[in-house]
Amino acid sequence: MNTTLTLPTRRPVPGVFVALALTLAIGWLVVALDGGHLFNQSTTVSLLHVAAGLGLVAVGQTLVVLGGSLDLSVAYVVSLSTLVAAETMAGSNGRLLPAVGLVLAVSAGIGLLNGVLVTKLKVNAFIATLGVGLLLKGYLDNGYDGPAGETAPALVRGLGYQRIGPVPVSFLLLLAVAGAVWFALARTRFGHHLIAVGGDPEVARLSGVRTDRVLVTAHVLCSLCAGLAGIYLASRLASGAPRVGTEGLYDLESIAAVVLGGTALAGGRGGVVGTVGGVLLLASIDAIFNQLEVDAFAKQVVRGVIIIAAVAVHARRTLRREAS
Amino acid sequence: MQLTEDRHRPLRPARWRPRPGGVAPIVGLLVLLLVLVAIRQPDFLAPPSLMSFLGRSAPLVLLAAGQYFVIVSGEFDLSVGSLVTAQVVVAARLIDSDPSRTWPVVALLLAGGMLVGLVNGLVTTRLRVPSFITTLGMFLILVGAVYLWSDGAPKGGLSEEFRRFGRRAFEDVPGLGRVPYALLVLLVAATLAVLLMRSDFGRTLVAVGDNPRTAELSGVRVWRTRTVAFVLSGLAAALAAILLGGYSGVSFQAGAGLEFGAITAVVLGGVALGGGRGSVVGAMLGALTLETLFVLMNFYGVSGALRSTVQGAIILAAVAVSGLRSSSR
Repeated sequence: MNTTLTLPTRRPVPGVFVALALTLAIGWLVVALDGGHLFNQSTTVSLLHVAAGLGLVAVGQTLVVLGGSLDLSVAYVVSLSTLVAAETMAGSNGRLLPAVGLVLAVSAGIGLLNGVLVTKLKVNAFIATLGVGLLLKGYLDNGYDGPAGETAPALVRGLGYQRIGPVPVSFLLLLAVAGAVWFALARTRFGHHLIAVGGDPEVARLSGVRTDRVLVTAHVLCSLCAGLAGIYLASRLASGAPRVGTEGLYDLESIAAVVLGGTALAGGRGGVVGTVGGVLLLASIDAIFNQLEVDAFAKQVVRGVIIIAAVAVHARRTLRREAS
Repeated sequence: MQLTEDRHRPLRPARWRPRPGGVAPIVGLLVLLLVLVAIRQPDFLAPPSLMSFLGRSAPLVLLAAGQYFVIVSGEFDLSVGSLVTAQVVVAARLIDSDPSRTWPVVALLLAGGMLVGLVNGLVTTRLRVPSFITTLGMFLILVGAVYLWSDGAPKGGLSEEFRRFGRRAFEDVPGLGRVPYALLVLLVAATLAVLLMRSDFGRTLVAVGDNPRTAELSGVRVWRTRTVAFVLSGLAAALAAILLGGYSGVSFQAGAGLEFGAITAVVLGGVALGGGRGSVVGAMLGALTLETLFVLMNFYGVSGALRSTVQGAIILAAVAVSGLRSSSR
């Protein structure tokens, strides 16, 4: 139980990057045998776009999972954020900033609700965030049948489609957010406290950590990240989409990326670097399937299997570590 | 992640309170809702409409019972909604409107439901994957597989023989009018569930949910007990699919959202998430209460799209109340 002493960033690079390299190598070979090319411009760009959307959510999810909690409401927060952004902007560049502000305020509010339910009312995180997700789902189902609102053209051109070489601006945004979170975890008191809370809440509390406050902050940051992902998706789709979060499976996929990245679901161990690796891995698998023109439904089956297998492998490793 | 709640409470029965996990609160709530419905629509409590209401509620009640087994043992099953959808679509394609295939397909569905439950249970207990990941993954697999198999649109059709389970009724029963077959299926299943919970297995199941470590040390094979709970949940989903397919027909939406309905019903029935507390009767009454609430919403012209909001609010309220109650002790 030395988890509170070791900082996540000082651990060796997680195995996910090995898996990523292997996946890309095998994928490249299979796609080449199929007569295609995995690393051409358009595939790389779309891979990084997929990674940007999922990555923003997953980086936030890393924080709550590290703290021993989790957030299943992110998919609905993403959908809601696209709508709030697009409807507030209503196609005018002048309302870009107020819209972004409103999205962040709404998502922070949802994160606060999640955090309070988990810490003050002691609702287990799975149920609390599921319940909040259902509340949002009802609001979305009731109010929206299809796309609504219009994203400001400047945002669509900028965050949505602008890129530097093959790297989209949105991916740079992801790297910036991930960098900020890495800094917060490795170098700030909040980060150290969060990992302590995830390792053992009781020990953290006895050591003088305000556990509730730390966990609520993590939930707020997680929802803020989901809100950012919503803004990004609104800029890609040029309007608000009430189902984009659930159809993109952002809840399950973000948790999968976190686990693939080596963060323990029980909390206290892991970090954001691995999560970015997990996101790239999932996005690469997606890109390879697209190149091979695998049926969308078959893709879903394989995704389900991969997610379960990834967690199972990780659980096995943890068991071994505990046994030794 | 804290999937088990803190149970280190001092043993101090200070003042009377409803027995935790008892069915008194849910019965009270159900009666209250029925009165509200009766005020708005007095005909509702007359035998014909009440009977058909009970028949219509049967699938959710069955799913709630199945979900109860899993939840009381300390896990979750989020795959039941997709399992129902998959079963209905598979049944339609296999039967293909040929009445002679009805019974083999019914047997196949029951076996298939149990198999899915078995896989869920083994992956959760043997591979140590948290059950919400296992069953959400199973959700993806089932939905993807069933779309893949049917090329994106349901094919074939159910035979009239198959549909009668969900649709037909004994006509002209004295005093009651129509008694739907679904209600009989429900009564039999409910009786079996209650008997099961009173048997050794039931006690073991609750003990496992209450404290898996203690149960393990007392010689219970925890993984086996939990796996059986998942199998029972799969079986309940198969029964629900047979009834729902008959009642509302074949579509990819047949089971959508039922897993949330079942969890809401179980929580409403006073069953503690994390396991070890609550009764199967409470869970089933919770499902009836939820259905009554939907009827009430319908009578008052509330949009059906708000159902999930209501469910979310119920889940949060029920869990928060029980959390506050246990921490104030």
